[in-house]
Amino acid sequence: MRKEQADFNRLSAVSGKTNAVLNIILLGYALICILPLILVVAVSFTDETTLAIHGYRFFPEKFSLYAYEFIFSTGSQVVSAYGITILVTVVGTLLSILIMALYAYPISRSDFKYKNFFTFFLIFTMLFNGGMVSTYLIGVNILKLKDSMWGLIFPYLMNAFWVIILRTFFKTNIPDSLIEAARIDGAGEFTIFFRIVMPLAVPGLATIALFATLQYWNDWFLAALYINDPKLVPLPYLLYQVQTSMQYLLQNSSNIGGMSGDILSKMPSEAARMAMVVIGVGPIVLTFPFFQRYLVKGLTVGAIKG
Amino acid sequence: MNEKEFLYPRRLSPAWWHESRKNRALFLMLFPGVLVLLFYNYLPMFGIIIAFKNFMFHDGNFFTSLFKSEWIGLRNFEFLFKTPDAYVITRNTLLYNLVFITSCTIISLAFAIMLNEIRSQKLSRFYQGSMFLPYFLSWIVASYLLYAFISPDKGFINTTILKSLGKEPIAWYSEPKYWPYIIVLINGWKWIGNNCIIYLSSIIGIDQEFYEAARIDGANRWQQIIHITLPQIMPVIIVMFLIFVGRIFNSDLGLFYQVPRNAGMLYPVTQTIDVYVFNSLMRMGDIGMSSAAALYQSVVGFITILAANYAVRKIDPDSAIF
Repeated sequence: MRKEQADFNRLSAVSGKTNAVLNIILLGYALICILPLILVVAVSFTDETTLAIHGYRFFPEKFSLYAYEFIFSTGSQVVSAYGITILVTVVGTLLSILIMALYAYPISRSDFKYKNFFTFFLIFTMLFNGGMVSTYLIGVNILKLKDSMWGLIFPYLMNAFWVIILRTFFKTNIPDSLIEAARIDGAGEFTIFFRIVMPLAVPGLATIALFATLQYWNDWFLAALYINDPKLVPLPYLLYQVQTSMQYLLQNSSNIGGMSGDILSKMPSEAARMAMVVIGVGPIVLTFPFFQRYLVKGLTVGAIKG
Repeated sequence: MNEKEFLYPRRLSPAWWHESRKNRALFLMLFPGVLVLLFYNYLPMFGIIIAFKNFMFHDGNFFTSLFKSEWIGLRNFEFLFKTPDAYVITRNTLLYNLVFITSCTIISLAFAIMLNEIRSQKLSRFYQGSMFLPYFLSWIVASYLLYAFISPDKGFINTTILKSLGKEPIAWYSEPKYWPYIIVLINGWKWIGNNCIIYLSSIIGIDQEFYEAARIDGANRWQQIIHITLPQIMPVIIVMFLIFVGRIFNSDLGLFYQVPRNAGMLYPVTQTIDVYVFNSLMRMGDIGMSSAAALYQSVVGFITILAANYAVRKIDPDSAIF
């Protein structure tokens, strides 16, 4: 009897040896995923002259906070870019979630006569697009997105794929009978949407909110297309600009001219670049555990077909 | 007007009016989204005629310029396909995507199954979190992380690893031969965690009774994976495959433009259709050439996504998008 039980256990879990091998493989890959970020954090805390001698290392031989001090004392450009990124991310995420949920709800309702038309109207944008050139020219000339905060928000407000995920979520998680009951109680469509549908859809909404937050926070493409004004440059695009020259850090500050050459020569450029990366990544890494809680839950129901 | 008609005036108005009144609230909800789609998605679709014109800004607004610009038929396309670039960017886009699709699918699936098999839930969650991290980082950050390793004068590989092995440093950003591998590795690094979690969440969703039944029949773990896990998540694998294949003519501009730092010497192995369009539009201001390349991409992409969906519909109708 005991042997049979042992046999059965063997069938329900991998052997100790296999378990160890799998853990080693997974740990190895997990380290590959984390270590690059740790290297960059280490570099950002390393003294500039040490970097010049030894290159980038995981353990700084001489620890220094100078890169961060430098960024926040000289680089009003970094602070402004950070502000733009935060603002665009918050406004963009909230607005896009609202607009996408408002679109997803009617097409999730089986009694809505035009749901097929509006679903197709949405899905067609996944199939065909006008391409970068046409979109850019219309964005600049008709929608006036050049050097405007809207240029960083508007293009990402609707994502057909995410709307479909939301629609499926509404369809599978909110019973028709509930909506019917609310209507009999005299609730209007908007009351039903905001008071019943939205609260029940929090896991789905959180998943989409995560995607939207990441998209806005990490975006450099829209800035590359539409933004020339240094005051409107978001952090990822500033990071792109300083790849070639740290000069960009000074484009927004008042002390241009004789001062700037002096500042540039004292600049801890290697460490400061990496410090900017760390500052840009920080909030995303901090919100990570919060979103992770919803993620598997949201994705499971996020199957595309509904 | 008799009393009945007074009470039920809907008969006086056409049916569509009645219908739209009934659904007024739902239409109102759709309105903002429709507006965004119309302006940012549908309007540019009509803008594709730029590719058939010698587009120039005349006085007045964009539309009058568009109409005044001379029709040149397919001349933009002729120019594009006469350059060697057309072949290179098409080849790069397709080949990279093919490698990405196969490698990402296999490795993500393998990791998802491993994560499901290991005994410790706590460790599993730690691995998942770590693997998922790169997905959260922007391409520009990824390019800095890579730079920390392969910067020619300070990078970790040149200054620490190669030095301790007694090897000469490598000028990574001017040696095209390494880049196909670097691009594939970085792409995997960014996406495997995300894909893996999608597969894992569908593995977790499999009904445990299947496994119990298999154990009673004496199937070992490996047999259970082959005969239960894989067939059960096949629809998810197919859907992911469809999404990839449908986008086979698209490339991630961040990956191909930011990660190699747009280094000209690397163009033969890093320039894809998107990089070409972006560079010729934003750097050279060549609207003719870039609009031709962009339309070429849209049209071929449209065909591939329809074909991929058709194929999936044949295999598994429930997994097709439409």
